[in-house]
Amino acid sequence: MSTAETQERRTPGLVPVAETMRTAERRPSSESGQSEPAGPPVRLASAFWRLLGSELGLTFRRPRNQVMLAVVACVPVLIGIALRIASADEAVGGLIGSVAGNSLMLTFASFSFLVLLLMPIAVSVVGGDSIAGEAGAGTLRYLLAAPAGRTRLLVVKYLNAVVFAYATTVVVALSALVTGLVLFPVGPVTLLSGSTISVAEGLLRILVTVGYVGAGMAALAAVAVALSTFTEVSIGAIAATMILVIVTQVLRAIPQLEAITPYLLPSWWTKFDAVLRSPVDFGSLGQGLLVFGAYILLFGSIAWARFSGKDITS
Amino acid sequence: MTVVTHEAGAPFGAAPPSGDSAIVTQGLTKRFPGGQVAVDALDLTVPRGSVFGFLGPNGSGKTTTIRMLLGLVAPTAGEYSVLGLPLADALPRVGALVEGPAFYPYLSGEANLYRFDAADPTAPGGTAKKRVAEALERVGLSAAAGKRFRNYSLGMRQRLAIAAALLGPRELLILDEPTNGLDPQGTREVRALVKEIAADGTTVFVSSHLLTEVEQMCTHAAIMRAGNLVAQGTIASLNGGLTTRVRVETPDVADAARVLGTLGLADVRMPDGGAAAVTADLGAHAPEDINAALVREGVAVRGLAVVRPSLEDVFVGLTGEGFDVDG
Ligand SMILES: Nc1ncnc2c1ncn2[C@@H]1O[C@H](COP(=O)(O)OP(=O)(O)OP(=O)(O)O)[C@@H](O)[C@H]1O
Ligand SMILES: [Mg+2]
Repeated sequence: MSTAETQERRTPGLVPVAETMRTAERRPSSESGQSEPAGPPVRLASAFWRLLGSELGLTFRRPRNQVMLAVVACVPVLIGIALRIASADEAVGGLIGSVAGNSLMLTFASFSFLVLLLMPIAVSVVGGDSIAGEAGAGTLRYLLAAPAGRTRLLVVKYLNAVVFAYATTVVVALSALVTGLVLFPVGPVTLLSGSTISVAEGLLRILVTVGYVGAGMAALAAVAVALSTFTEVSIGAIAATMILVIVTQVLRAIPQLEAITPYLLPSWWTKFDAVLRSPVDFGSLGQGLLVFGAYILLFGSIAWARFSGKDITS
Repeated sequence: MTVVTHEAGAPFGAAPPSGDSAIVTQGLTKRFPGGQVAVDALDLTVPRGSVFGFLGPNGSGKTTTIRMLLGLVAPTAGEYSVLGLPLADALPRVGALVEGPAFYPYLSGEANLYRFDAADPTAPGGTAKKRVAEALERVGLSAAAGKRFRNYSLGMRQRLAIAAALLGPRELLILDEPTNGLDPQGTREVRALVKEIAADGTTVFVSSHLLTEVEQMCTHAAIMRAGNLVAQGTIASLNGGLTTRVRVETPDVADAARVLGTLGLADVRMPDGGAAAVTADLGAHAPEDINAALVREGVAVRGLAVVRPSLEDVFVGLTGEGFDVDG
């Protein structure tokens, strides 16, 4: 057969489906005549968002991830109930006292409890699974042959982890807000320093906290995704990220190593309490964001360098 | 649209258009970090429009070659070109099945296809539904489309992988052992599907162990051994190295051998052992003439067969009889 002949026979743009009686019957006649535009395949601008949408759909529909979000959402409720019981017994001071005195304070209390372990675990799982999970399942080779593009896939995987990190943060904030409103009085917030801000200002500061803590988790996600490009076993990448989180917390606790603490992520996660100063200590928040940005840049580069040249043999 | 398929008996005649290749490799080499040379200086030319069988024993480097063609593994030396385009532009026009199916077990077959379709930057999301449904129908999976991949049988998984390779308009299909795990009907269907796709002008590059299968559906073949290419060409040219023989079953072996000799057939062989049959190279002789001559001379002919060389003979001749894998 000649090429000219075969190309004429081909229906442009369509999957070359043989028109059998069966398929012809099933398809509405109006549709059978129309076909997609011919010519070389064009890269679509919407394709990036379609892939990101597919990725987000996989992440948020996956039961494992839903369970993690649910667990994270339960913690503020438990903290709220515990504080309610504790504050009923006697007059208490400090953070517990201020939570008992104002519903909005539960959000900050919940973050200071969750930001060091439970939220990092959730983010490590999604970030560590990102590339390694696909490699382990063998789906990575089909994604890349599609061709998803290595850089494009890596960016999508990272953005997906960032969205999940922010989702975790928002879930904590919402759960804490609702629990606080139910269990504690609403009114102007008395900060630790003694000054008082309005409810609206309090909500605004919660929003700032969500932005800052989410960025801190996004920095951890960069570490997790980078580790994920080094293995085909997602548990390995997840565990490595969590071990890093725990080790850095231990290092932070050793007084002799004070010099390195400013370079460790967990030191900056807890710095969201700058929003509880009066006025807000934006200098401290800005420094934290710089550190997060540096981590994202560094580990993003490591991930890219590794993934763009890696042999996919799984 | 009419589908032109090759007649089952004569699939080897179609000469490909020359000067236009779907795949070309030059000195393509892959040495794995351990030092293992999986593919060694491979020079492969796959003509456009051909159905190209890629043969070789286990571990001979077929899958590694396919991984290099798809950009999954970087060659340590050599060059290759797919559809004469930069790889990123070529891949959307290539459907691939590499080393068995791999899907998300917790998604349905249909949802899996949407996922891989979303990864192709040239696939319009608007037509995804139609294309996914068509691909599923082509491999006979429409009824199981909503079932989770986890619950698919081996053959259903294989079919889904082929469906994924057919999601877009393809100019080249690269299929690594597509009939692995399929039942006889499935195998026949895949063979028919490949012929149908080829009839539409799509080049098909198919790796397989099943020589009869390759012989039935391919126009061309290449044979690998321990990372080296030992032969490539049209099926006819590969078979051409071996001659067609005629086999006469008879109790009068001596007479039969004499008649064949007087007719001018070369390499007449008497039976060794108990078999009551004489064989000889057929050459340009017509079998019916041989039969007539035998009957004329009073030889009792119980059966007369023309024995064509099979690809298996070529394959075994080139890759050896041994069972152990090389390297
Ligand atoms: N990631 C790897 N690291 C080291 N060696 C490898 C790797 N992948 C494959 N090999 C080696 O390369 C050689 C070729 O393997 P390949 O998978 O290409 O063979 P194949 O022809 O596809 O075999 P089969 O018919 O069994 O599928 C084998 O010797 C194998 O051990
Ligand atoms: Mg193989």
